[in-house]
Amino acid sequence: MLKILINGLFASLAVLVLTPLLAVPPAHAVEIDRVKSPGGIEAWLVRDQSNPIISMRFAFRGGSALDPADRGGLANMTASLLDEGAGDMDSKAFQGTLEDLVITLRFSAQRDSLGGQLVTLTENRDIAFKLLKLALTKARFDAEPVERIRSQILAEIRQNTEDPGAIASKSLFKRLFPDHPYGRPKNGTAKSVAAITRADLKAFTKRRLGKNNLIIGVVGDIAPDTLSAALDDVFGSLADKAAAWDIPETAPESDGRTLVVEKNMPQSSIVFADKGLKRDHPDFYAAYLMNHILGGGGFTSRLYNTIREKRGLAYSVYSGLHPLKRAGLLFGGAGTTNAKVSDTLRLLKQEWTRMAETGATKEELADAKTYQTGSYPLRFTSSGSIAGMLVGIQMNALGIDYMDRRNSLIEAVTITDVNRVAKTLLRPDRLSIVIVGKPNGVKSTP
Amino acid sequence: MKRVLLVLTLAAVAVFFQPKAGHAGESGRGVFNPETATLANGMRIVVIRNHRVPVLTHMVWYAVGAADEGPGETGVAHVLEHLMFKGTKTRAPGEFSRILARNGGQENAFTSSDYTAYYQTVAADRLEMVMEMEADRMTNLVLTEKGVQTEKAVVMEERRSRTDNNPGALLSEQVDAALYLNHPYRRPVIGWAHEIEALNLKAVMAFYKKWYAPGNAILVVAGDITLEKLKPLAEKYYGAIPVQPPVTRIRPTEPPQHASRRLVLKDKRVRQQAWGRAYLAPSHMSGDKQHAYALEVLANILGHGSTSRLYQALVVEDKLAVGAGSYYSGDKRGPGNFKLYVSPRPGVSMETLEAKIESLLAGLLKHGVTPDEVLRATKRMRAQAVYARDSLSTGARVLGAALAAGLSIDYVETWPDHIGAVTADDVNAAARAVLKDNHSVTSLLLQKKTG
Repeated sequence: MLKILINGLFASLAVLVLTPLLAVPPAHAVEIDRVKSPGGIEAWLVRDQSNPIISMRFAFRGGSALDPADRGGLANMTASLLDEGAGDMDSKAFQGTLEDLVITLRFSAQRDSLGGQLVTLTENRDIAFKLLKLALTKARFDAEPVERIRSQILAEIRQNTEDPGAIASKSLFKRLFPDHPYGRPKNGTAKSVAAITRADLKAFTKRRLGKNNLIIGVVGDIAPDTLSAALDDVFGSLADKAAAWDIPETAPESDGRTLVVEKNMPQSSIVFADKGLKRDHPDFYAAYLMNHILGGGGFTSRLYNTIREKRGLAYSVYSGLHPLKRAGLLFGGAGTTNAKVSDTLRLLKQEWTRMAETGATKEELADAKTYQTGSYPLRFTSSGSIAGMLVGIQMNALGIDYMDRRNSLIEAVTITDVNRVAKTLLRPDRLSIVIVGKPNGVKSTP
Repeated sequence: MKRVLLVLTLAAVAVFFQPKAGHAGESGRGVFNPETATLANGMRIVVIRNHRVPVLTHMVWYAVGAADEGPGETGVAHVLEHLMFKGTKTRAPGEFSRILARNGGQENAFTSSDYTAYYQTVAADRLEMVMEMEADRMTNLVLTEKGVQTEKAVVMEERRSRTDNNPGALLSEQVDAALYLNHPYRRPVIGWAHEIEALNLKAVMAFYKKWYAPGNAILVVAGDITLEKLKPLAEKYYGAIPVQPPVTRIRPTEPPQHASRRLVLKDKRVRQQAWGRAYLAPSHMSGDKQHAYALEVLANILGHGSTSRLYQALVVEDKLAVGAGSYYSGDKRGPGNFKLYVSPRPGVSMETLEAKIESLLAGLLKHGVTPDEVLRATKRMRAQAVYARDSLSTGARVLGAALAAGLSIDYVETWPDHIGAVTADDVNAAARAVLKDNHSVTSLLLQKKTG
């Protein structure tokens, strides 16, 4: 992952002459239609008839963080079973129809939402919508698929116990959120998954899939009035309201401690985190640009340059904002050979300190802005990606005009903002660190 | 922003499969309908028009990969791919990436056995800038011994992440080394660790000078552009690079294989055991090529999706496994392979599992697949074409990979028709030709008990 280095000093005159930088590149080339069904269900639609394809993404607010403590993994297991038989179709009939008509229908659980996607050729639109409706309202949860999917989830949990990256993330979240659902693994544990019953699965769909929590984005070859009718047909029979729930507001307990999970592997997996910002924080864009410069910018960030490019200590090194609904995180990782873990950690903290104390330069900020504004249109190159953005924008309540405003929000960030945010967010002595491997000379904080 | 190395792990095979599955289309209509041209110096040009947004993907593919490395130099193709970001006569290390990022562009590169590719996705009005920079590094790369040594350390970390830290990946590397007795596909794309360690500036530069030339390169641009607009720019930047004498590709070939092989890797780290079987197979370019399309259909019937034969029998009905599938790598310049993988449920012995798999395979060879199974599979495969056209980069990746491996545009554009023409007899003949013990490797990934 992540290739390449630095060097503002050698900016090429030839290239600057060739392509003078534009102040604000054109943001996007799509128009969003707010489609509201007679039954009151809303979807955002980007109509695009270049290919006979319809791509729908949707999400229900509330995800695996709502799983009961003794039923961890319930949202994930339900998501994996919704397309395993529904209505009068058993698993094989349901899956066979999807395969024969080349319809993609998938569900997945995140910490704060349960999401899904439907992709179909226009010619199979009606049957695709019918299958989605069946999955959401008449999932069968037959014994065979329930036990089969359970065995696959348990296999995944077993596999995660041999994957250093997965062990590291799981251990870090447990440490950051010891008494909060965010600290529990999304897929549950072997014990909690074994305990999930068919009644739990059925109850989940009744309690959680409510119209009040539903968000829909559609891209492709469908007219607004056709979509409008389909919305009522597909989603109309869901409960008006999901069962009431809440996830308490929290902050990660990052206290500067290091945890070493000893595993006999040649390379150590390192992850680290501290408190970050939530998506709706007024300083989110300043933090986003600051992080881009520090460790988010692909082949040009400071961490990439210092740790990979100059010293060859890691193949992958990065940092990123990880905003959850009820907590903000600043998260990062690196992988390095066991002998180089202490060097890597020293350089990581050094970069953290340097950014906190002296901030970014004006040039770095200018480059980060032109990257962010210039690369925004690149996200509009497939139906699925656009549909995903439509859901994300609604989920975060950013407004239907967000795509038009987004680049000006980036532009508005000043160097003073960035450096102020760096000073408060970057606390090298508070970073929680987890290392999985056999690092030389690095021990867990007692 | 992943710098991708295409190695033959399951995940990487998915990368190969996805575009592959996208080759279908309505009969006679073509799939991507590209425009093509060739420059005077031999560099080929492919344009795929897609005017949805003012964005484009610019790729340069070199028809050279890990299988073209010299003895003792495994990993040099991939190390060179990393070093291509280290500057030229007029550009400092990293400057390419920095300029590109400042212009809102994204980039990456990847290496496989048969090819190496570099790409950027940018706003359409930045095309000329990336063409100038990509053309520059085709011939003007400047490296230092220190730069090579530092990047080798990065690649060693990459190897540890991908392979050494992962028993399953270690075993799959061993499987290829056993499956190909003599052909260089037996060597890992990333290289053997001790040979990566031994690479130096001289070896890297020799490889670069030998293979990086317009006659061995393919320019693929997909997006808001036409060939008419691209061609003058291609002539200006790539056309200015002098012709180089053609290079002779020397790759040892496979001898007849007589013995089945069996590999067992026991590791304490393993928590989910796995069974695998790999067969040496023809490809679209090597061996009994007439079987290649039928093998694609066979892989689909046998092991793609949850209604496939392996999944239904082993996972759904007999409940011996949590996962099962098959895939065929036929888009290769040299010999292909056909692989099966099965993950047993806890408590199921490898003996029980393998006996069941052997009986399934024997049944397949004896009774064959049915015309109905073939029809279902080919219909599904062909219908994927429309989806392949939706994403900006899919066509560029599929066409670039095909040309760089020595296949033709026509191969991609007529793929749906060829798949549609496959019959049950074809599939059964291909299965009987390929699923033979004497050119197979069976692999077991087992948990080593502590104590």
